[in-house]
Amino acid sequence: MEPVVQLRGAVTLLGRFPALAGIDLEVAAGEIVLVRGPNGAGKTTLLRLCAGLLPVTRGEAIVLGHDLTDRRQARAVRRRVGLLGHATGLYDELTVVDNVRFWARAAGAAPADVEAALGACGLEGRLADLVVASLSAGQRRRTSLACLLARRPELWLLDEPHAGLDQDGRDVLDGLVRQAVASGATVLLSSHELARAEALAHRVVTIVGGTTDRPAAPVTAPIPEPLLVP
Amino acid sequence: MFRDAGLVAGKDLRVELRSRVTTQQVAPFAILVLILFGVALDPDRGILTRASSGLFWVAVLFCSLLAIQRAFTIEAADGGRDALRLSGLDPAGIFLGKASAIFVQLVALEVVLAVGVLVMYGTEVTGVPLLLATCLAATAGLAAAGTLYGVLAAGLRVRETLLPILLLPVLAPVLIGATKAFEAALGGVAADGWPWFGLLVTFALLYTTFGTLAFGPLLEES
Repeated sequence: MEPVVQLRGAVTLLGRFPALAGIDLEVAAGEIVLVRGPNGAGKTTLLRLCAGLLPVTRGEAIVLGHDLTDRRQARAVRRRVGLLGHATGLYDELTVVDNVRFWARAAGAAPADVEAALGACGLEGRLADLVVASLSAGQRRRTSLACLLARRPELWLLDEPHAGLDQDGRDVLDGLVRQAVASGATVLLSSHELARAEALAHRVVTIVGGTTDRPAAPVTAPIPEPLLVP
Repeated sequence: MFRDAGLVAGKDLRVELRSRVTTQQVAPFAILVLILFGVALDPDRGILTRASSGLFWVAVLFCSLLAIQRAFTIEAADGGRDALRLSGLDPAGIFLGKASAIFVQLVALEVVLAVGVLVMYGTEVTGVPLLLATCLAATAGLAAAGTLYGVLAAGLRVRETLLPILLLPVLAPVLIGATKAFEAALGGVAADGWPWFGLLVTFALLYTTFGTLAFGPLLEES
């Protein structure tokens, strides 16, 4: 089966600075891959590149079959990925349910997906009707996660997903990631909370200075049963 | 495209209804501009009545700058711009949606301003159809051009100061055309105003077409 993410010598320049200076990475369908590295290593840039938000200056980058060196294809891949980044992309003036509904409808999701996403993220009832400006950082994070979930992306790109979440929120997030993978999604995440993220991931990749400096570490967690079926 | 436009317009208008920036800040600003013009020019209303068309559209122009900046400020906060790019929404739909939301807000402001002009400046309306048609065409042009230049400036750090410099010269034909058409509708000969209305329609169509085509690349690059 074709890898979901296939990067060979991928270079991305931010201005003149090579934020990614030659990344080699393959992620198979149904994998959870943790990208780790020090601050400024290029983890966020890598995830944004895979989301089709940054140009590939040199090298090869294919995500979900789309060649990201082609601007048109890079735009097309965005419909199929979900990015949970440092910024939440939420509108402060709107309620939780309004935000989730807007982003879900933009992606063509059904109303039932919105309800399901709110429930899965613990945002049903009174919380759903709160204005986002009044939420705590953790609740904002959950709302952002609900937006991603409602879109049903094939590739989840999670940038420091545990940041700002309490213990319960982290457990919910990990559960949702495992569920998504069990239903066929692929996950690429970066985290500084290594113990939790490594327990979640099947494989760990280290990047330093914008490059993958060594081969991927061996699988640390078993791939779920449904994914082993051809 | 039109489904996406409706979605974006609905969202922008809902944001404005909840934040009440238009009703509590922009509308009072518009009224304040009219009062200041009144105080500065002529308390006896002589000059004011003659200049009411131009003053009305200058006030609309100032308000449109605020509405356009506001429309892109809500996207600039907390990664909204990237979220829009990732959303899968058709860029042409985003353009039409944002322009439609600005159009609706400006029309509402124009109603307030029109009442203000009639009451404060003692202006007499002689051509209602021309007046209404001019309002709609000029506002469509303002909204379309404003949305296009709004996204261009939105990616820049100096957007608040740059947008008026970029946009006001571009909107000069709207100011001239709408003022001339209004002069014909407010105490003049209505037939003299229709050619100016044609200019406004042409401007609106031109910028709507150009915006629909160019908004995507501008959202990506700016």
